[in-house]
Amino acid sequence: MKEYELVVIGGGSAGLAAALSAYDNGLRSILIIEKEDYLGGILLQCIHNGFGLQTFKKELTGPQYASLFIDKLKERPEIEVKTSTFVMSISLNKEICYSSSVEGYNVIKAKAIVTSTGCGERSAGAISLPGDRPSGVLTAGLAQKYLNIDGYLVGKKVFILGSGDIGLIMARRMTLEGAKVLGVAELMPYSNGLNRNIVQCLNDYDIPLYLSHTVKQVVGKKGHVEKIIIAQVDSSMKYIEGSEKEFECDTLLLSVGLLPNNPLLVPLGVKMNPKTRGPLVDESLQTSIDGIFACGNSLHVHDLVDFVSLEGYKAGRNAAKYVLSGLDASSYINIENKTCVNYVLPNKVNVNNIEDITISFRVSRPFKTSQINVYQGETLIKKIRKPYMLPAEMETITISKDLLINKENISLEVVDA
Amino acid sequence: MYDILIVGGGVIGCSIARNLSKYEKKIIVLEKEADVCEGTSCANSAIVHSGYDPLPGTLKAKLNVEGNKMFDKLCDELDVEFMRIGSITLANNEEEVEELNKLMERAKENGVEVKLLSQEELREIEPNVTSQALKGLLAPTAGIINPFELTIASMENAMDNGVELALNQEVKSIERKDNKFIVHTQNKVYETKMIINASGVYADIVNEMVNEHSFDIIPRRGEYSILDHFSMDYVKHTLFNVPSAKGKGVLFSPTTHFNYLIGPSADFVDERDDVSTSIKGLSEIKNQVLRLVDDPQYPQQIRTFSGLRAYSDNNDFIIEETSPSFINVAGIQSPGLASSPAIAKMVEDMIKDKKLKESWNPRRRKAVKLSRMSLEEKNELVKKDKSFGHIVCRCEKVSEGEIVDVIRRNCGATTVKGVKKRIRPGMGKCQGGFCQEEVVRILARELNKDPMDILYSTSESHLFVKDLNKEEN
Repeated sequence: MKEYELVVIGGGSAGLAAALSAYDNGLRSILIIEKEDYLGGILLQCIHNGFGLQTFKKELTGPQYASLFIDKLKERPEIEVKTSTFVMSISLNKEICYSSSVEGYNVIKAKAIVTSTGCGERSAGAISLPGDRPSGVLTAGLAQKYLNIDGYLVGKKVFILGSGDIGLIMARRMTLEGAKVLGVAELMPYSNGLNRNIVQCLNDYDIPLYLSHTVKQVVGKKGHVEKIIIAQVDSSMKYIEGSEKEFECDTLLLSVGLLPNNPLLVPLGVKMNPKTRGPLVDESLQTSIDGIFACGNSLHVHDLVDFVSLEGYKAGRNAAKYVLSGLDASSYINIENKTCVNYVLPNKVNVNNIEDITISFRVSRPFKTSQINVYQGETLIKKIRKPYMLPAEMETITISKDLLINKENISLEVVDA
Repeated sequence: MYDILIVGGGVIGCSIARNLSKYEKKIIVLEKEADVCEGTSCANSAIVHSGYDPLPGTLKAKLNVEGNKMFDKLCDELDVEFMRIGSITLANNEEEVEELNKLMERAKENGVEVKLLSQEELREIEPNVTSQALKGLLAPTAGIINPFELTIASMENAMDNGVELALNQEVKSIERKDNKFIVHTQNKVYETKMIINASGVYADIVNEMVNEHSFDIIPRRGEYSILDHFSMDYVKHTLFNVPSAKGKGVLFSPTTHFNYLIGPSADFVDERDDVSTSIKGLSEIKNQVLRLVDDPQYPQQIRTFSGLRAYSDNNDFIIEETSPSFINVAGIQSPGLASSPAIAKMVEDMIKDKKLKESWNPRRRKAVKLSRMSLEEKNELVKKDKSFGHIVCRCEKVSEGEIVDVIRRNCGATTVKGVKKRIRPGMGKCQGGFCQEEVVRILARELNKDPMDILYSTSESHLFVKDLNKEEN
């Protein structure tokens, strides 16, 4: 059985960064396994620009952003890549069973594994979308793939449910292809997408955004969507009688959230975070199973690819350290989310492995002016004031480990200030 | 001129077609949709009931009990997923315990094996049942089945043995003339000596094309939730509550793919094509399922759907030669699926003057399913055909080769939904978000069609409005 130091599962933005940084941190026997016949993952269908602002200070398209990493990979030819190859399962002793039309079904072994298997879109079925189940109701990402990869337009009169970024991007994209986008309904009283996408994809094209609205019924008896009825909801998410609006349309795009995709980790019994739907990880992005690391959107859904890449680098670096010298596993401090913090990541830290503790988190509601409080046990060890925080935007906070006073749990809360 | 024309390609029509394919008869099945298994057979609880529940003396009781016993052989011959996992009916209070005792009596009368479980025994077997449950009635012979596969495999096998299938053929009128019938669809005319009406929720309408009004079919909608396969043993049996006047109530059951099914609701609807889901129906089952399990695991939900029961006003199956050479097989609501092999047998026995063919193959070619193969077997297959190594559907781990196989068979898939029903791409957590694009490409290639002409299911369910690759400058 062939053995690698590191196998990276998923060759999207997170996996590419993980493989590169594992190489740059000393590993030489690295394999990337990618399901599609190309590297770069979902970036390849994201032909709009806006990628790389944080890292490269440039507005790149998705394929351009991906190519920067693919070029770096070519400079490190020792990194092996298998495309059009699908991982069927992994085992606790890090045996990986994969399949491809070239090799058939094969098993290899790894000293460490990075899973960077991305996320998927929440479906109509997952949100109990009421009414008929005709064609023409599809996720925004699938419509994007049909349009940008295959060249097929799915409809001409479009309504969009959910203000997630892919939906907003597709509102503009389909408008540019000649479709009429009738509106976007968002269940929450605030948008779920990045503010810049609201401005550039909806406002610039006069596409109305209906906040606190959702689809009450899909109508399409003959097999294709004909009409949708939306209604306003009150603060307890109940429909407000008489607030219904009807839209005749041939397409309903769904952009109602992304869910981390972890079909390999769940059967292994990896401990999962019910909030993020990704695995629980420590400061090194190691899951509850020794030597299995996670990064990118399969760990938690990011809003910017730049952060995905950074997380990939971190996972690769730590996987290299794990293989070459081992990570300290002697003692951990747990990190918890408290008031108005939807989740924190990592979920525990071993301070022997790091200098500073960087915590990613999301707020559970919008804040205009806020204060982030970090506690250890009952003691406030750090506070930061911050304007404008939105659930749609991931935040990070860094705590020097000198601030720690004992072994008690660290917790994060956000309050109005 | 056909000897027998069967109206309806549901599980009943297809099972009858398969049974009759043994005989020297020219047979055709007319189905109004683009595929078989599109109505009630496509959207139900997928349960092979044990048969303790129907009232003794009814056709339902007789055929359910007989049918249940036929599934092992049938599913072996047709290579259909079937698991005799047993069902448990829960009693959550003293009144329901009384009811359970009555059901035990009824089970005895119907000749169905049951066992009363104490609270401790129940907990031991099913740790996730509701803490309210006091007792459970175990019916070990109850099973779960893949209803799409049963229907499609029956039709495939019938076609292997010479039966014809005409899709997209909606019967509009029937004339009786001399000793034959002239059947008009929207665009064709068929002549036949005999008609078997297995048209589900439309059975009364088809009946009245020939006969006097004698029964009404009232569509009764049932809504369901499906959960992802998050656990192999969250519950191991089909869980029911004690039945009430409204029917068997909501169940919580594993499926043959270890998804979990919650439902159905029961609401009469006006339209025979109203398979919409409703906020009311779905929230009703959400409340009722708490009488079965304390945590129904709703965050795992991947799909909601609804189906129509062909409820007849006389409350039993109607299987009779209503007028000469016109057989009604109507009102086949629950336990219709469980009774289907016995119904087919009963109809077979009703046909006079039949001569067995010299050769009849009861077995269809085994379905190609990588999920039940060893690594070595899979590699043998890949050696012969590389496409079995290429995984298209990541949620359900379905290869390109398996998809091609279900398209190329008799009664093969021609639509996206057709592929989904046969081999599962689109049944998983992504609901086709990842794999539909490739399924469309494979369908177009195999059927030699333009992707613009590939349909989701019905003739109006196109996927695209414009092909930018062909656009003029």
